[in-house]
Amino acid sequence: MHRLARLLVALSVAVAVTAAVPGAGASTRSRAKSDVTITLVTHDSFSVSKHVLGDFTRQTGVKVKVLPAGDAGAALNQVILTKGAPIGDLLFGVDNTFLSRALQAGIFETYRSPRLSAVPAAYQLDPKHRVTPVDHGDVCVEYDKQWFAQHHVPVPTALDDLTKPAYQDLLVAENPATSSPGLAFQLATIAHFGTKQWRAYWSKLRANGVEIVNDWNTAYESSFTAGGGNGTKPLVVSYASDPAAAVYYANPPKPTVSPVGTLLSSCFRQIEFVGVLEGTSHAKEARRLVDFMIEREFQADLPLQMFVYPVRDGTPLPAVFEKYAQVVAKPLTLSPTVIGARRDRWIEQWTDTVLR
Amino acid sequence: MTGGARVRTALLLLVPVGFFGVFFAYPIGSILGRGLAPGGSVDLTPLTHVFSDPGLRGIAWFTLWQAAVSTVLTLAVALPGAYVLARYEFPGKRIVRALVTVPFVLPTVVVGSAFLALGFQPSLGAILLAHVFFNYAVVVRTVGGLWSHLDPHQEEAARVLGASRRRTWWSVTLPALRPALVAAATITFLFTFTSFGVILVLGGPTRSTLETEIYRQTTQTLNLPLAAALSIVQLVAVVALLVGTGRAEGRRATALGLRPSAEVARRPRTARDRAVVGANLVVMAALLGTPVAVLVARSFDTPGGAGFGFYRALGSVRAGSVLFVPPTDAIRNSLVYALVATAIAVTVGGLAAVAAARTRRRVVDGLLSLPLGVSAVTLGFGFLIALDTPPLDLRTSPWLVPIAQALVAIPFVVRIVGSVLRSIDPRLREAAATLGAGPARVWREVDLPIVTRAASVAAAFAFAISLGEFGATTFIARPNHPTLPIMIFRLLGQPGAQNFGAAMAASTILMALTLVAVLGIDRFRVGELGTF
Repeated sequence: MHRLARLLVALSVAVAVTAAVPGAGASTRSRAKSDVTITLVTHDSFSVSKHVLGDFTRQTGVKVKVLPAGDAGAALNQVILTKGAPIGDLLFGVDNTFLSRALQAGIFETYRSPRLSAVPAAYQLDPKHRVTPVDHGDVCVEYDKQWFAQHHVPVPTALDDLTKPAYQDLLVAENPATSSPGLAFQLATIAHFGTKQWRAYWSKLRANGVEIVNDWNTAYESSFTAGGGNGTKPLVVSYASDPAAAVYYANPPKPTVSPVGTLLSSCFRQIEFVGVLEGTSHAKEARRLVDFMIEREFQADLPLQMFVYPVRDGTPLPAVFEKYAQVVAKPLTLSPTVIGARRDRWIEQWTDTVLR
Repeated sequence: MTGGARVRTALLLLVPVGFFGVFFAYPIGSILGRGLAPGGSVDLTPLTHVFSDPGLRGIAWFTLWQAAVSTVLTLAVALPGAYVLARYEFPGKRIVRALVTVPFVLPTVVVGSAFLALGFQPSLGAILLAHVFFNYAVVVRTVGGLWSHLDPHQEEAARVLGASRRRTWWSVTLPALRPALVAAATITFLFTFTSFGVILVLGGPTRSTLETEIYRQTTQTLNLPLAAALSIVQLVAVVALLVGTGRAEGRRATALGLRPSAEVARRPRTARDRAVVGANLVVMAALLGTPVAVLVARSFDTPGGAGFGFYRALGSVRAGSVLFVPPTDAIRNSLVYALVATAIAVTVGGLAAVAAARTRRRVVDGLLSLPLGVSAVTLGFGFLIALDTPPLDLRTSPWLVPIAQALVAIPFVVRIVGSVLRSIDPRLREAAATLGAGPARVWREVDLPIVTRAASVAAAFAFAISLGEFGATTFIARPNHPTLPIMIFRLLGQPGAQNFGAAMAASTILMALTLVAVLGIDRFRVGELGTF
């Protein structure tokens, strides 16, 4: 029977360990102190420096629990579904492609931050101030500099170039039905060619051998020649900050020239917002966090944490951004209302044009 | 059954049925209700839409047949492997048996990238191959577990009486293995039926399954009615399958003469023996070893030559982020979650298996297998809207992670323990009773040693499942206690050679951890089958 005893011991150890499930006791601990903890629901790509969030707590006495809840779509939909009993106090990460759904669902409280005066009006897409812009980025066609140099092919400069024979079989893009950069690039083509002509453009892209994959990771790390694997496509739909990221996250010694470049005329602007969730019992503290997110310290921290750009005027950029990433002066845009009303149909039409 | 026995069985069932009800039936019911009866009155038009829309019909049909083909292929490739590992004794066998479990825990994104790196294009072939890669261990462990205890004398007797090898296989071995075979096939089918990452990465944009479509409708377009309709189609197909296999299994369950595995296995003696063992080892090395080798090689492939650079990067890259945890913490989180999930799965699943074996009915097995056949997104979102009232406001609780993992692991426990329990010769129990043992004593002396042995096999599997599980836990908001798979996922979310290399390093650590854990649990035998 000593074996049975061993099993029982093992089981009770397992049960004892359950008491140590990470964070199981956290809520009681924080309740013991008098300070408040607020929960920031966000997507899996969210990041901020520990010391920056620590400064917020030091300044205000409010602790912040970050709750990643899947990709941007999944996080938003979770918040919409729990509208009556919110899982957090704020949602960060709704972008202009999802904004109209979020606003229609009525998940946010109105809050006009006094810090907004430092944010250009171009980013303030909700006149009722239910959401506050925090950062922006651009989805563009990126290219592998070395590949184009070695093959003596000129780098493309316009969306139309991508349908020319010189660029046959060179581009990989993501499926807009499953990928956020994929959708942004589709919207770029709609903004550029207009609602009548964009399908014809995609037919030509298809005839020219564009490769479609379902997710950014496969596109960048498996298909792109300058990604992690042994890819064969020197053009990829990705982010304008990639040239900076490619240097920042390069294996040492860091290169002096970024291996990746950006096709500046192909870029679609994404703006990310934060909002205080309707029904929160910590509205005051949540609003304070909204303020903090557009204050200088948080804004300056954004680029190297999420590889996006601050929205606040005059925020200094890190050297790696100044040096390697190109500023997209004239991004393509569409109004969130138009996107909200037509995205599902556009995606269906895209699928018919490109995949069927 | 006597009245007292019936009460005891009912009591045994209390825990599994309660667990299943609270953490599966209730959340799934809630999310389906939200989709199909948003205003309180049921509207089934989305359901008819699934059958009238040729696109959706195509998706449902593809889901079904790719799962069926994957299952047949997996059985064809893995059964010989299960045979070799059950019947032969050779140096390094323990390691090989643990090694084949490694693919099972790998995140699909990582495996997808390994397949693409090996030159596979997104295609049906790549999907099927990846499904065999992931589910090989299911067959080896489930079928091999029983095979290693089957008395070879029965087959030898058949051969002596003049039966051919083929005849012996069809009339002696196969019927004896049937419960385990049906279990392995069912589990493989359910896994491939709800396959998500493999379809997304290796299927390319033109292939969707019910699972990827439910994901899209739930997380991207927020078309809950359609998502609910697709989930119901999924559920109905799974229930039909489980009822069917339950019947097939139930009709043929036979009591077998089980032997200790050490007595069953022998060294390869003849040239034929050696060829069989060798050929299967080659298949395992090629099919399972190659993609794994790609990942391991990439984790050491630093610019200055082979080195531990990416492993060091794991502890430094993005270290300032509020969501950063050192790799040691991710390993600890993974282990703690896996321990808890295994404890839950073995307790709940073990009780269910014992109760099910008493009633000789298949309802419990089938019911507890349902979570394998239901979309992880549906379950994750179901948790979110159902478990929102105290004391069950578990939506952002860390407990939800091991609970979700246990739901996936429980069917394994029930089936592995159940198939062995059912195979106990009732004459053993009768003999013990005749010799004066009470029901409790009979259970302790006859059933318990066998159950605990099977439970340890099941525990190894449950542990591996929760180490690698990345389904429902992806779709629940979770506090910042990332496990290794979540760490890998985060690293892969940003460009740059260091992130990619560190993700490969984390995958290699996950594999090593699985290997050690499975080796450890395989050694941990409680009450080896006696020699009777």
